[in-house]
Amino acid sequence: MEKQYTMSVLTEDKAGLLNNLTIILTRRKINIDSLNVSTTEVKGISRFTIVVTTSKDKVDNCVKQFRKLIDVLGAFVYEEDEVYYQELALYKVPTSVFLNGNKIETLVRNNGARILVIEADHIIIEKTGHMEDTQDLYRKLEPLGLLEFVRSGRVAISKSKRKTEAYIKELEETRSNELSIKDY
Amino acid sequence: MNTSTLEVEEKPKTNAQRISGSEAVLRCLLEEGVDTIFGYPGGAIMPIYDELYKYMDKLNHILVRHEQGASHAAQGYARVTGKTGVCFATSGPGATNLITGIADAQIDSTPLVAITGQVASHLLGTDAFQETDVMGISMPVTKWNYQVTKAEEIPYAIARAFYIANSGRPGPVLIDITKDAQFSEFDFEYEKCTKIRSYHPFPVMESASVDAAAQLINEAKKPMLLVGHGVLISKAQSELLALAEKAGIPMASTLLGLSAVPNKHPQYVGMLGMHGNYAPNIKTNECDLLIAVGMRFDDRVTGDLNTYAKQAKVIHIEIDPAEVDKNVKSDVAIVCDAKAALIALEKKVEQNSHDEWLAEFRALDAIEFEKVGEADLHPTSGEVKMAEVIRIISEKTKGEAVIVTDVGQHQMIASRYYKFEDTRCNVTSGGLGTMGFALPAAMGAKLGRLDKQVIAVIGDGGFQMTIQELGTIFQSKIGVKVLILNNNFLGMVRQWQELFFDRRYSFTEMTNPDFQMISKGYGIPCNKVDKRAELETAIEVFLEHDGPYLLEVCVEKEGNVFPMIPTGESVSNIKLEA
Repeated sequence: MEKQYTMSVLTEDKAGLLNNLTIILTRRKINIDSLNVSTTEVKGISRFTIVVTTSKDKVDNCVKQFRKLIDVLGAFVYEEDEVYYQELALYKVPTSVFLNGNKIETLVRNNGARILVIEADHIIIEKTGHMEDTQDLYRKLEPLGLLEFVRSGRVAISKSKRKTEAYIKELEETRSNELSIKDY
Repeated sequence: MNTSTLEVEEKPKTNAQRISGSEAVLRCLLEEGVDTIFGYPGGAIMPIYDELYKYMDKLNHILVRHEQGASHAAQGYARVTGKTGVCFATSGPGATNLITGIADAQIDSTPLVAITGQVASHLLGTDAFQETDVMGISMPVTKWNYQVTKAEEIPYAIARAFYIANSGRPGPVLIDITKDAQFSEFDFEYEKCTKIRSYHPFPVMESASVDAAAQLINEAKKPMLLVGHGVLISKAQSELLALAEKAGIPMASTLLGLSAVPNKHPQYVGMLGMHGNYAPNIKTNECDLLIAVGMRFDDRVTGDLNTYAKQAKVIHIEIDPAEVDKNVKSDVAIVCDAKAALIALEKKVEQNSHDEWLAEFRALDAIEFEKVGEADLHPTSGEVKMAEVIRIISEKTKGEAVIVTDVGQHQMIASRYYKFEDTRCNVTSGGLGTMGFALPAAMGAKLGRLDKQVIAVIGDGGFQMTIQELGTIFQSKIGVKVLILNNNFLGMVRQWQELFFDRRYSFTEMTNPDFQMISKGYGIPCNKVDKRAELETAIEVFLEHDGPYLLEVCVEKEGNVFPMIPTGESVSNIKLEA
């Protein structure tokens, strides 16, 4: 059965790794729903957050393949209820829609969004949330003359107690490059 | 993302010497114990070749005739020695020509360091002459690759390359070095790599898994050991035998695991897989316990996964965690080096014997011999058969030669009928199935084991894919024996066309050149045989000749390899005849 999984991959901050990771997905015909790359609280360590829709077997297999990459420090897979996650959406609407009363302002406020920029001809609205939330606002703004819309990749933090820094320290201190498979 | 290069640790130089990047490459290779390099020069690697002129007394460079030959030769060298094979190529087409050998090394877990020249760093990404994105091209088929753009990165990159290539599950590494990095000078110091924080090649064995595995073995009535390439890689041949003998377990080998177990061992029951032996394939679906050691349940071994060993518990001993539960779900996985696992397991298993179970294999062996083996090995009429050629070679060499096979019918026949008695003596392209592999790989194998008779067994099709390496054999006087089993067909494809495509022999019949003239052109003594009566004498001359020799045996045109498991079918459906 296919469902959505969030993969979190901790890597050295090295060029080319994105390609390495995506090759593993593309050769298995797994489409990326969303992708985010960011620094972490540990200097020199990056985190890739990759959301895919596939089967559990396939996602587990991909995570094992990620771990085989030399510059990958750790790779983890989460189901929806195992992570806190958010996405950011930006909506560009004509400034003129604001001139027709306060209907749109109410819409922005009631949807937990905010106005980011006001220009002479357009206004940028920002909203963070799960995809359904940002999509819901999209649907509401579209009839009002939505000019442009963009949504970020998912950023996610696991509900586990593991600390990245402690995890990296453990890797560094592991004797003779030995590591128990359980540590993953 | 950071696009900078390796973070070379700044530290006071103690015994540093100022040398060029090119010289540093060679010094690094010497530090890693390299003695033989296979390569082909070109514009972007000329500075390294220029330095090599100075190091000719320390580094034996073999000039191949095509870069694919370099990567296969380095594989052959690595497979027989356990050391890391090394090859050089220039940028662009030189680098891309290495790729087949690199991909082959990746899937067959062969330690390989490929060093390629690259255009100068200021030209990167400009489509300069002979520039290709070798990093992008090689990424999916290397264990690690790295582009050096500064001479200072060379020691660190090469130290990492060797560490990564030949630790954990071995594999190929590619280091691409820009021409300016080869020219520029820096203070050279070398330190071997022993640790990378993001790379853990030696997973720690869990004692609970060993206990659980030992319990399964002790309880099993019909256990079966599957011996893979990992046994050879971890040099665990004697540990495997110790376990098998103590617990009385029959041993079957994968294609790449051949020569890990002496074939005459009373518990050895043959080769697994599509063209493997009848007994181990049938018994896979009758055993109550499979103990897979250093093998990855390739589809050529398992056939239809839905019907593969469903009745059996599975113990999987494997160093690569990504292979565990990938194809076959294990009941107990011991994720670590095979040798360590086998030592630990041997201590915990009870002395046992399974004579009745073993006898069941022997009964099936007899059926296979009656239906297939007798006619294959001892024909008395008709054209010469591949199997009788291999039988005679096996007898004459007492099973102690290094057999390097290409890909096709002859590969399966050699694997089935050569009786390996010595270890690390089977070199073949298993995972990628690369035609053209054997001739260059045999050159590398011979240079790795000068003390051994090395025989390349090749079909007429595969021979012509890298036939130019006869030039390398000629120039470098490599004493490899080349056996061509010529049926004027792409035999294996033809067999499939016969069985599954209504005998529509679409583009598999070959009009071959005069291989004898070609061999003579390269100054290699040769002979051609097409009569059974002349075969044995011809093989004796072939084996006894001091130096390279080419023997062409004309074999039956439409011979088939049986047993056979049709693609995607159950191993129980192994067929002894069409």
